[in-house]
Amino acid sequence: MEPLARQLQTVLQQVSGYIYPNEVELQWGLLIVVYPYVTGLVAGAFILASLERVFNVKEVQPTYRLSLLTALAFLMVAPLPLLAHLGHPERAFEIFLTPNLHSAMAMFGFVYAWYLMVVLLLEIWFDYRKDLIIWSRNEKGLRRLIHRVLTLGAMDLSARALRFDQGAGRLITLIGIPSAFLLHGYVGFIFGSVKANPWWSSVLIPIVFLFSAIVSGIALVLLLYMLTSWLRWKSVDMICLDKLASFLLYALIVDFSLEMLDFIHRLYEAEESVKILSLMISSRLFLSLVILQVLVGTLLPLLALGALCPAFRSKGLVQVPDELRRLIYFGAGTLIQIGIFSTRWNVVIGGQLFSKSLRGLTVYKMELLGLEGLFTSGGLLLLPFLILYVLIVVLPPWPDAEARVPAAES
Amino acid sequence: MTNQARPGIPAQSPPADSPLDRRAFLKKGWPATLLLLVAKVVPSASGETKGAEYQASEHYYGMGIDVGKCIGCGRCADACKTENDVPRQPFYFFTWIERYVIKTDGETVVESPNGGIEGFPPTVTETGFLRTFFVPKLCNHCASPPCVQVCPVGATFTTPDGVVLVDKDYCIGCRYCIQACPYGARFLHPQTHTAAKCTFCYHRVTKGLLPACVGVCPTGARIFGEVHLRTSPLARFRRFNEIQVLKPHLNTEPKVYYANLDGEVK
Amino acid sequence: MPQQISRLLILFTLLILGLVVARHYLVPKTFGRLGHYRAAAVDAIVARNVKYVGREACASCHDDIVKIHSLARHQTVACEACHGPGAAHMEAPTEHKPPAPRKRGSCPLCHGYDPSRPTGFPQIDPVAHNPVKPCITCHNPHAPEPPQVPGECSACHGQIARTKAVSHHALLPCTRCHETSQQHKVTPRLSRPTKPRDRAFCGECHAKDARSPKEIPRIDMASHGERYACWQCHYPHDPELR
Repeated sequence: MEPLARQLQTVLQQVSGYIYPNEVELQWGLLIVVYPYVTGLVAGAFILASLERVFNVKEVQPTYRLSLLTALAFLMVAPLPLLAHLGHPERAFEIFLTPNLHSAMAMFGFVYAWYLMVVLLLEIWFDYRKDLIIWSRNEKGLRRLIHRVLTLGAMDLSARALRFDQGAGRLITLIGIPSAFLLHGYVGFIFGSVKANPWWSSVLIPIVFLFSAIVSGIALVLLLYMLTSWLRWKSVDMICLDKLASFLLYALIVDFSLEMLDFIHRLYEAEESVKILSLMISSRLFLSLVILQVLVGTLLPLLALGALCPAFRSKGLVQVPDELRRLIYFGAGTLIQIGIFSTRWNVVIGGQLFSKSLRGLTVYKMELLGLEGLFTSGGLLLLPFLILYVLIVVLPPWPDAEARVPAAES
Repeated sequence: MTNQARPGIPAQSPPADSPLDRRAFLKKGWPATLLLLVAKVVPSASGETKGAEYQASEHYYGMGIDVGKCIGCGRCADACKTENDVPRQPFYFFTWIERYVIKTDGETVVESPNGGIEGFPPTVTETGFLRTFFVPKLCNHCASPPCVQVCPVGATFTTPDGVVLVDKDYCIGCRYCIQACPYGARFLHPQTHTAAKCTFCYHRVTKGLLPACVGVCPTGARIFGEVHLRTSPLARFRRFNEIQVLKPHLNTEPKVYYANLDGEVK
Repeated sequence: MPQQISRLLILFTLLILGLVVARHYLVPKTFGRLGHYRAAAVDAIVARNVKYVGREACASCHDDIVKIHSLARHQTVACEACHGPGAAHMEAPTEHKPPAPRKRGSCPLCHGYDPSRPTGFPQIDPVAHNPVKPCITCHNPHAPEPPQVPGECSACHGQIARTKAVSHHALLPCTRCHETSQQHKVTPRLSRPTKPRDRAFCGECHAKDARSPKEIPRIDMASHGERYACWQCHYPHDPELR
């Protein structure tokens, strides 16, 4: 209690204008910024995977399984910042026991469960089933046990069974695309449906969230593909990489247009909250919004990708050697991650920096230690990579690791 | 100078002819008296009727606030914190007072130092303002509460008598309701780590008492009563005054009705 | 049925069964009885202790004070507004004596001059008004009518008085423009002072042909300010237009 009171006292000194007395404490902090960032990566990575499955974009085939595993790793981490943030995490299961059907947050619990169980896990299972069976034949010990358990006992390798696997995978991906849209669009809806907050309350927020999720997800897979190839001493398939960059560019253009639409719309309508929001953007959010989100995180990658990747011309507007292009792609991908994280920051923290009285601004005092601290969030952002490493060990996603079914059994 | 010469001011020790025996009787017997009074109106959530028991369905509460009567003394905010064990730091309030100073140049200055509990510092200038007044604020116990709508687990709810309450033993502390409240009425209790807010002193009104803030207000700026009953003081208040509510465009249907509310109040 | 489907069906059925069983044991018993919440929560809230007992409870022992208090100017002020919560005192009267604010600092919380308070509310300057002495020297808190009836309107209309005092109308007594009966000091809202009705009133001093001291500014009553009443532009308590 004491450190909290001292922290709030410092915040109180830095309030400008008038805020309601109860608004001194910011309710949703860094953990709640991490959460939509992570679920966004899940949705984006999955949609990239579905590009290959449903839209037959063959070029990105090398990243298909990697995207799925990335989505799974991040999905497993997604509830953790929420749990850490709750006042009573030990009561969290109440959301599933007595969900309030009118509450977006309660319904999200089920959307998450659906996406995890019915979409992502099933898709991975159907895609890997034959590999699990064949791998386990030549393995020993723990690895063999894990693979056999994961097959759930469905050991049929007939041609019919394999065709069923393919068909089921396609069907699940088909369902999975709107499910992924729902997963992250829902997070946007959780904010967008709060009429009390003029920064959040908007029809566009779910759409903007979704497209920025797609952007961040594709960028992440692009980065991971380059990273894992480098770590494995394998060369990067430039056609695949260029295709990823093209899709990233398309998504980035749509995302930027939507954000600009929101911005212009607010300025033009100039309704009651515009004064305090403008003040907030020009003072408290200048660095994170104007510099990090727009300039560094969107415009710079937009220019770089637009110039280099073969989206408009088959060899790109500006031709550069492959190594330089890879470097710039990597840089653009990193900047995009920073930009999308800033987007989440600006939405979540920004929505609480101004008072609902529309007369004042407060500050967010981020801690270093403790559950709400910087180190915990940093750890939560690193954890998915650890999980991804384990997943890659157990379920290698590389094209050359894929098992071939012996002719005798087909 | 002693106090005994002044009528009405109690002396330091009771004089010989005071009705001490009545005092002694009541001192011993008051728990029984109060208990009898209270027991008759103890409610039961199961709704079984036991004589003159409190029936929530027979009531529907609201509050009236006359801005023209508030003197900004802060006794209400202080009594509320005492009655409801609200933490005393200046970050947690069930109810608070705001002072508005609308200057001649058009600028409006609003402040609420510690919710108004210790009063207010002098207004900066005596000339140079158009209007200045105090506005008490609290949870509006909306008829269409956005906080109840967003609670994921059903920890906040509206009782049949129109009071919005929080179940602190079920709340998971997600803080969504605090975000959803347009009036800043809620906060996260630093000890229970659950949402907390004004309860209309539910533990008092179900026993036939007034909320602490209403009882203690020296000018009668706060009126508590039934929304649907013509014989309630609240009905008279709503008949004789032009009523405003806070943020009507959000359609939360607040049940705290303001008279003489200035347009600058958000 | 393909083997994959049968295996998955088994897994999902087990999961759902597990959830249903868990739900049966984990959902609180009173949940849903009155609405989508635990009915037991209402009982818990109702069972809280009452700290402020109310006037009737005080009257059960202190009826002599209450009798005087209920007829005097502080009749709308609750006992507990000044004396604090009374529940502890009722439980153990001699161990928990409620504080009685006797210091000079207590009363200005309500009665110290603040222009934000509504006009007509009695206010004093806590520094200048009978300095040093505790308020209760002259004012019985239960019947606080002052020992002398206030001669000045400024006792209750401090903001107006202070504004007028530095204006061009400083030397005009309030009663020059506002006819006030003594009843106004007894029932202020029911017996209100009058206000000037028309332009001719101000013309008594400010018309070109008015019989008033030479220093008073004169205007042509027929043309100055069209049909507006004088006070629509000139605030009478600070009449100079800046």
